[in-house]
Amino acid sequence: MEPKITPELVAYHGLTDEEYQKIIGIMGREPNYTELGIFSVMWSEHCSYKSSKVHLKKLPVDGPQVIHGPGENAGVVDIGDGLAVVFKIESHNHPSFIEPYQGAATGVGGILRDIFTMGARPIASLNSLRFGSPDHPKTGYLMEGVVSGIAGYGNCMGVPTVGGEIYFNDCYNGNILVNAFTLGIVKIDKIFKGSASGPGNPVIYVGSKTGRDGIHGVTMASEEFDDKSEERRPTVQVGDPFTEKLLLEACLEAMKKDYIVGIQDMGGAGLSCASSEMASRAGTGIELDISLIPRREEGMIPYEVMLSESQERMLLVVKKGYEEEIERIFKKWDLDVVVVGEVTTDGIIRVKDNGRVVAELPAKPLANEAPIYTRPSTKPRYLDGLREFRLDDIEEPKEYTDILLRLLGSPNIASKEWVYRQYDHMVRVNTIVLPGSDAAVIRIQGTGKAIAMTVDCNSRYCYLDPYTGGMIAVAEGARNLVCSGAKPLAITDCLNFGNPENPEIMWQLEQSIKGISEACLFLNTPVVGGNVSFYNETQGVAIYPTPTIAMVGLIDDYSLHCTPWFKKEGDIIVLIGKTEEEIGGSEYLKVIHNLEKGIPPKIDLKREKMVHDTCLEAIRAGIIISAHDCSEGGLGVTLAECCISNKERIFGVTVDLDSPMRRDALLFGESQSRIIVSLDENDFSLLQKIADNKGCPLKLLGRVDSNKLTININGDAIIRIETEKIAEKWGKISELKCLK
Amino acid sequence: MKFGVLVFPGSNCDHDCYHVIKHVMKEDVDFVWHKEEKLSDYDCLIIPGGFSYGDYLRPGAISKFSPIMKEVIRFGKRGGLILGICNGFQILLESGLLQGAMMKNQSLKFICKDVYIRIEESKTPFTSQMNTGDVIKIPIAHADGNYFADEKTINELEENNQIVFRYSAPGGEITDDVNPNGSLQNIAGICNRERNILGMMPHPERCSEKILGNESGIHIFKSIIESSTLSQA
Repeated sequence: MEPKITPELVAYHGLTDEEYQKIIGIMGREPNYTELGIFSVMWSEHCSYKSSKVHLKKLPVDGPQVIHGPGENAGVVDIGDGLAVVFKIESHNHPSFIEPYQGAATGVGGILRDIFTMGARPIASLNSLRFGSPDHPKTGYLMEGVVSGIAGYGNCMGVPTVGGEIYFNDCYNGNILVNAFTLGIVKIDKIFKGSASGPGNPVIYVGSKTGRDGIHGVTMASEEFDDKSEERRPTVQVGDPFTEKLLLEACLEAMKKDYIVGIQDMGGAGLSCASSEMASRAGTGIELDISLIPRREEGMIPYEVMLSESQERMLLVVKKGYEEEIERIFKKWDLDVVVVGEVTTDGIIRVKDNGRVVAELPAKPLANEAPIYTRPSTKPRYLDGLREFRLDDIEEPKEYTDILLRLLGSPNIASKEWVYRQYDHMVRVNTIVLPGSDAAVIRIQGTGKAIAMTVDCNSRYCYLDPYTGGMIAVAEGARNLVCSGAKPLAITDCLNFGNPENPEIMWQLEQSIKGISEACLFLNTPVVGGNVSFYNETQGVAIYPTPTIAMVGLIDDYSLHCTPWFKKEGDIIVLIGKTEEEIGGSEYLKVIHNLEKGIPPKIDLKREKMVHDTCLEAIRAGIIISAHDCSEGGLGVTLAECCISNKERIFGVTVDLDSPMRRDALLFGESQSRIIVSLDENDFSLLQKIADNKGCPLKLLGRVDSNKLTININGDAIIRIETEKIAEKWGKISELKCLK
Repeated sequence: MKFGVLVFPGSNCDHDCYHVIKHVMKEDVDFVWHKEEKLSDYDCLIIPGGFSYGDYLRPGAISKFSPIMKEVIRFGKRGGLILGICNGFQILLESGLLQGAMMKNQSLKFICKDVYIRIEESKTPFTSQMNTGDVIKIPIAHADGNYFADEKTINELEENNQIVFRYSAPGGEITDDVNPNGSLQNIAGICNRERNILGMMPHPERCSEKILGNESGIHIFKSIIESSTLSQA
């Protein structure tokens, strides 16, 4: 007997009274239990974007390079030669906190499916991870679990994990962030979409069997955590990368033929989401007989079958008459393949169980007509006083070598080798620039081109000023790509925020989106897809606003790619850009003075673009030996990283700075739009000419040296240390307390 | 010369091996599906890396039951060249074509990085283009590469010069510090007594092109092609 629909049951499904009344209006009657369940997942924040939609519409999504923007399973961008890259970033925050290994693993599995659903072969993954303080008792457990979950899934799939970022901050103690990105490659005329067109066409289920795992996963992701959150462990899906690998190969094999009309993976909200979105896109309906769905558990009721988020499953719409061909391919790969229904004309998702109709819902309203909220927003009170900070408030350090060492050994700056060692970053033999650089570079086989990709966000800046922080996240992403020699093409964003019902959180979202939009417009990097993750909040404490930006760029000639580390003694070192007195929100303030305040560095998009154009033109002219973005830790840390980040060959540096600025601000301030390059002395005049043509500031800093880092300010030797010692300090993230 | 690259469910370095043989070495190559029961006329079979059968039970433990393996064993016993890389090495051990076993890495973690290996034996069809004592840089990527065998087996391997590669320092020193996974005696690759079957944990196909920053793996493919040409001459 199915439960009776009561106000309590409606509330348990996370639906408000108004939402429930709207459902009754759409249905023309009260929904039954199965229908209520399906509506509740489709109208959850996670699936419907009901709180963010009005703001997301402001993001720039167009450009000549864009083939498909937001709305498909992933964005598609033209790279020439009849090829396109398909990419997207997605969050798996809530499940990863509750069950780190499986949560992170299935996050990777989900994003991989989004990519190959479109006919693209995944060729590289990135991830952006945020954990609480390294001293928090749960951080080690969560980090170990998340990293091995990502490794376990991605490695088995044979998709290299080529880069990413990891930050630690107290604000993530109760809500870690796991954002996974994958990029695939596809021929432009072989792109597949999630569309159920052609009434009479069979609907085919392929992949793993359906179990009870993950039911209400999306609903969990649409609520805050409380002290009972760990009881939600059963809502976390369990991944099987082996089956997904088979599914990948089988789908790509089937896509070589012309049989498939539409295809979509069953991820969040499972069969409900796949069927209603596919029908809605095509303006059709789908009739399913769920008694035919392969199951791994007995006694599942229709409600459970429709809401299951079991992994590694796909829904296909196939040209009538080609069922056997599809069956042959999926059977070859030992996967379940069953015709479970057909496309209809009436726009209804009709679910039958052995002939008996158990749910009848109009596809379009279910998939697209969730209520849209313009939630109130106000400037947060926490900002009062927080931005008022003057350099004089802190004492100037007497000794700088130790400060540099402490910064280099701090968890946000130290080498992340401990992490990326566990990821296969070389499989598919395309990785030209390995993890540990500004951007990863992947060659495109059969062409002379390469794709560069990076993922960035400084959430402390966003906390202090979400508008500027959003802009900087985009600008830094583009700068990282430029340092590798790539022209930025487009972004995908993962907007991680607290509870949208709190006006202060909505203000953060609004401001971030405003900043991202302006930067994307200016830098010509449209948003081709992404994901919003709200309710990253535990017992009223929200994370810092974290709009993670993954950006993709193109290198036309991969022999002209660039890496961040110095390569030859005697090369000159030049700063493209300009250092201002900007210490607010810096890593230096946090690590050395335990302060997270002040005004984050400002950003002038015009200068940013100038810096990019100068650097890129110089790289393409073949005169840049190394290029490294100057970000967390400022000039001091960036110079050190240029010396030590290629472990096989460490260099030194001698730099002379002339400035009236206080030394800590000069060395560790995080002014934007700066790139440190090294080049042969004889090429300096050409670089100067390129910069002058663009009106871009340039400054000669010093020379690459053999084994000592020496920084002189106004003639005084401020820092002098062997780079071996720096490398040792920087290379020991494994000695973090949380990893012991 | 004709190569066959075996494809098991979960193989994921099959495309990489195919790419290197076809586009870098410019030799003939086919994929061979594991459910096949007959082998065509191949000169060399490559069992690629990956996670065949998801590494469930033990790496390689289920693959040995695939239909093609009967033919592979027959091919090997007849003297055909077989190169097992990473998971391919594990499959060779599980199917008894090579001696010993793999355990989890000592760190219990997956490790992906460049290591150095010393060529311990150049008198094999896989290493003839190198000298004994040469050291090459080559990547590893595995969770189960901790080679183990009983004392008697190790002694036999030693006596018959079947230990082909050892993890070493760039200068060739064999020490615990440079042993990435805990392998007995730093063993990174071994061959059978007849020297026509080689298993190795490192990935030569990942370092056979200049654009990838390392071409040392190409010596292994060149050796194979060279020895095959010689034997046909």
